[in-house]
Amino acid sequence: MGLESEGDKSSDFNTYNAKAKMDNGREGLRGWLNPTRYGWERVSYWLQRLTGVGLLLYFIGHVYETSSLVNGIDAWNSMLELTQTTGGHIFLMLVIGASTFHTVNGIRLIFTESGLGLGKPGRPDYPYDATSLNYKQKSGIWVALLLAAIAMFYGGLVMFGDAS
Amino acid sequence: MSEEQNKIKLRVYRTNYSNDYSPRFDEYDIAVKRWTTVLDALLDAKAYSDSSIAIRYSCRMASCGSCGMKINGKPRLACYTKISELNSHTIVCEPLANFPRIRDLVTDFSQFFAHHKKIEPYVHNENVPTEVSNNDDLVEFKQTPEEVDKYLQFSYCIKCGLCYSACPTVATDAKFPGPQALSQAYRYMADNRDDGEKKRFKIIDERHGIWRCHFAGSCSNVCPKGVDPALGIQLLKGHLMGVSKHDKKIARVRTKEE
Repeated sequence: MGLESEGDKSSDFNTYNAKAKMDNGREGLRGWLNPTRYGWERVSYWLQRLTGVGLLLYFIGHVYETSSLVNGIDAWNSMLELTQTTGGHIFLMLVIGASTFHTVNGIRLIFTESGLGLGKPGRPDYPYDATSLNYKQKSGIWVALLLAAIAMFYGGLVMFGDAS
Repeated sequence: MSEEQNKIKLRVYRTNYSNDYSPRFDEYDIAVKRWTTVLDALLDAKAYSDSSIAIRYSCRMASCGSCGMKINGKPRLACYTKISELNSHTIVCEPLANFPRIRDLVTDFSQFFAHHKKIEPYVHNENVPTEVSNNDDLVEFKQTPEEVDKYLQFSYCIKCGLCYSACPTVATDAKFPGPQALSQAYRYMADNRDDGEKKRFKIIDERHGIWRCHFAGSCSNVCPKGVDPALGIQLLKGHLMGVSKHDKKIARVRTKEE
């Protein structure tokens, strides 16, 4: 592999693109929808994305819900009743869990994606356990999951307690 | 392992895009021993059952990086994966994901290597002449063992493509350089002989560049050489954000007197 000009590099990509029309082998969305094969970090990546997309959709719905106030108090009350059902309570529990996990795991990611808490490079020895996948940063995922479960449980107690 | 367990079913993904074959799985019954690798089993099937199976391999000792494939759903080197460690009587071999497929288990590495070349994976140093006419003028850099340790881990990369195949960002973004290329960018940044980081940062600090990595860690999970690409990428991001201090002093070239 020698040093090559810009022209050579673009020709590499063009050759690739011509072949890619047959089958580029990319996993696409299936690539990140299956978190089971690569350890806790991949599960965290999957949950962070799912909760992020979920919370974005919730935010849009929430703006629509609160904007019903401009149509008068009756419209607001009928919208509010939707959250006072069993299904509404379960949905809000999921929102509580998603927001707690996304926040706590997000704080972990701020550190790890800045290179903090991952260890230092060194000479790798067999069986080549990766320094970056250490228990120090991994425990952040477990804490996020635990706090999300506690928040969901407490939210459920409050909501279903009020309903009974 | 008892006698009954010595037989495994090897399921091999078969296709040939140049002949417009539709993909299918062929099955072979293979006799295995405790130390039989997946590559041994594939070569057994090729030798005694079906000589048309296409596999790419060379060194058989996890040094060349040729025999990367998806084995039981995870990217692995066939020569480095013992059948006994998979704890299954059915071994499924598929081509590496995220690589264009050529035939059977053989994939096209053109784009992977293009990404690697794009980050200019060689030492940049303006203080060293690129052309030396007199052999007596050839000199080397002085580096301490500690300075070597900062990048040595990342220089063990054999370009097998397992990290590229496991990466969920590569799965959806063809322009993303991938863990291999990005960890090599860190490898040269950490090397005190190199002074090309500004040039390299312009290449990786862009829309489809390093910021698309969200630390799924899958690259490090599958790396067979302990390179830990995720570590290099996160350290590089930390450096780009100014979080980690990096007071690299460019190595001094040895004088002729020394």
